[in-house]
Amino acid sequence: MKKIIFISIITVTAIVFACNKNAPDVTANLSPLQPQNIDMNAGSWKTILLSRSDTFTVVAPAATNSANYKTELNEIKGYQKNLTDAQLATIKYWSAGGVLRWNELMRGLVTKYNLPAYQNPDGSYPIPNANNPFAYPLFPFANPPYAARAYAYISAAQYDALVACWYYKKLYNRSAPYANDSSVKAKVPTSILPSYPSEAAVMAGVTAEMMKLLFPTEIANIEQKAKEQELAMMMAGAATRSDIVAGETLGRQVAEAFIARAKADNAGKAVGTPTDWKNFETVATAKGEIPWYSLESPKRPPMLPLFGNVKPFLFPSSTVPTFRPAPPPATHSQAVQDAAAIVYNKIKSPTRENIRHVQFWADGVGTFTPPGHWDAIAAQDFITKNFSEVRWARNYALLNMALMDAAIVCWDVKYYYYNPRPTQINPAIKTLTGIPNFPSYISGHSTFSGAAATVLAHIVPEQADKYWGLANQASMSRLEGGIHYKEDCDTGLVVGSKVGNYAVLRAKQDGAE
Amino acid sequence: MKITYKKLFFFSVLMILLQNIQAQTEQDGIMMAKQNWCAGFVYNYNSWSNYWEGTFKRNNANLGTVSTQSLAFMGAYGITGKLNVLYSLPYVHTHASAGTLHDMQGLQDAGIWVKWQAWQKKVQQQKYTVFLTGGYSFPTTNYQADFLPLAIGLRSKTASLRLILDYQKKNFFVTGTAAYAYRDNIYIDRFAYYTTEMHYTNEVAMPNMMYAGLRFGYRKKEDYAEVMVVNATTLGGFDIRKNDMPFPSNKMNNTLVGINGKYAFPHFHRIALTGSVSYTVTGRNVGQATNLSIGVFKVFDFASAKQKHTNHNQVNN
Repeated sequence: MKKIIFISIITVTAIVFACNKNAPDVTANLSPLQPQNIDMNAGSWKTILLSRSDTFTVVAPAATNSANYKTELNEIKGYQKNLTDAQLATIKYWSAGGVLRWNELMRGLVTKYNLPAYQNPDGSYPIPNANNPFAYPLFPFANPPYAARAYAYISAAQYDALVACWYYKKLYNRSAPYANDSSVKAKVPTSILPSYPSEAAVMAGVTAEMMKLLFPTEIANIEQKAKEQELAMMMAGAATRSDIVAGETLGRQVAEAFIARAKADNAGKAVGTPTDWKNFETVATAKGEIPWYSLESPKRPPMLPLFGNVKPFLFPSSTVPTFRPAPPPATHSQAVQDAAAIVYNKIKSPTRENIRHVQFWADGVGTFTPPGHWDAIAAQDFITKNFSEVRWARNYALLNMALMDAAIVCWDVKYYYYNPRPTQINPAIKTLTGIPNFPSYISGHSTFSGAAATVLAHIVPEQADKYWGLANQASMSRLEGGIHYKEDCDTGLVVGSKVGNYAVLRAKQDGAE
Repeated sequence: MKITYKKLFFFSVLMILLQNIQAQTEQDGIMMAKQNWCAGFVYNYNSWSNYWEGTFKRNNANLGTVSTQSLAFMGAYGITGKLNVLYSLPYVHTHASAGTLHDMQGLQDAGIWVKWQAWQKKVQQQKYTVFLTGGYSFPTTNYQADFLPLAIGLRSKTASLRLILDYQKKNFFVTGTAAYAYRDNIYIDRFAYYTTEMHYTNEVAMPNMMYAGLRFGYRKKEDYAEVMVVNATTLGGFDIRKNDMPFPSNKMNNTLVGINGKYAFPHFHRIALTGSVSYTVTGRNVGQATNLSIGVFKVFDFASAKQKHTNHNQVNN
């Protein structure tokens, strides 16, 4: 008997230690980015917020035959003498593309912080406080509008910083360390792109600085990532210490300009006050409509009801109300009952395929939200296009500015009509995902998706059909999930594509095409 | 008191058993006779209003009471008196009494186990038995696991190994059991998710599980009544954060106490009823569930049927 027990215990123990499970990220083993076109003239591309590419001065670098530069090359050689596997792994990671990696990190942060607060004992809800970000609930609550704005600021700031970077690269034309000294090995694909100031350090600096505003509790982690990216490029022989320092300084300066804009863009007031919340109800009732109410229990105040007042990137604030579509069916009408019946019939006995759509596009609590979802879809294709870093940044800036402006326009419409969700009209409608805590008309997913598909179809025209297919699927998933009327979805796509057209217009004129 | 090596060993085994399971026939100390097939249906009702996010215990007015009903086709067959095959296939329906989330339903995972009576020793009226059980379960339909707490299951293909030690004196018995379950990775409908870090894949690494249980009670022929304590421990996994959604690879632990019983009607077509009530005393990232189950089984005795058939032929001749 002892023998049997002994053998069993050994077997079990062997199984415990033998099974090494792994579910690797699909982008874990990307090849290093090797741009098809280094976009040498990107320094002349139209900036977003900076008035000129040389708004911030970058001093001329030391000559490559100077003693200082030789010292810097020695530092690189020192690193390269003993590169550990972990160091090689960071080089491999960052060489896939800095804009891509920062976007992934950003999506990770949004996912982590997309968590609604737990209620107080009295049934009210605590609100995250930017001035006390570590107190529960942590700041920020990275819900879809917050996330859309965060992605847009990061992408726009990276773009302006990289345009400035390219301007000085061309101006000073100092080539990469591996090109100046044959004993410096290139651990990344070589390029004739000048290395002063380092584009990796520009990205590290601009992103780390922006994050102080957007994800203040993550500063320590972000700064560490920034240092890792910079060091990786030095160890790879792609940048010297002075390339890095000049790049990081430039990046942080550009970020300051965007932070100043962000502090004054009205997002800080988007939560509103109890008086504001009550007012939406009063206005809707005065129009003879049933006002939206929260279907959460206890009832949660509406999500960022004043986000429609946030200053857009692609058009003036005064343009926002011009996107407002015609009103949805009146809440007391037969038409709304019919619309709810369509939703009910969709949801009665959902197919597995419906459930898959709803779940794939749920983008609710604990996800990177619809804007992040579209960034992820864009990344899949951008990776195959081998864009230069500055073009990656430009394309993400166009996409994310459109997504942020889509959020602004959509939120303006939602709170202008303050329209109830289908389940509020017909409580028999059960949903395949959580009902988002804001009014129904128009669908946020549809607005985001219409904007994203419009922009991406312009950037990667050969994939236009795919993007529109996905946009329609995203839009219809909200009907299949029971959380939107069909009209919310259809109108959302149309309004979203109108917003997206502003980004396309910009794309045609920014000098990159 | 003299602490012998033997005592120490026994004590360690007991501690492992006390640490940690679930209640099904692959865990008990009973075997089917050769060529006997016991088949039946078990209806199970499980419900909870309170649950744990990590160690934080709460209720949720957006869920109310979450209930899971299942009807399982189950059974056991005696290849020999010392080697049984057991199986189970449940149809599951979940429901939340409040909030707006949709019910889920469907055929869940099929399980098959081989149970081997590895060793037995009888000393007068005492009986010591060791069983080993190996099992495998897999999803039979393409249901969605990533819709907790209303998903009907976790989808993970699972291989398990169980050790059962049974001691019986006259009609009283004690059964200790420990099991280890290897859970295969699953695929979800999303292409990114967050655990304690970001994952850019639809593949989810599922932590393995450890189970242990202790039962004791009265056993006579096919009938028994027992008290049980069972524990499930996830080896790894992560906690649900406050007010976050649950996820298939959460650390889901629980300890249940309950009573089980089986009664075979004498001289009535070899039909037996089973019943069970259990309660979750403590848990982590699971609901504090009350569980009720009732089953009906019939034994088909192919060995004696063959015998009868032979006898019948003999009479005719």
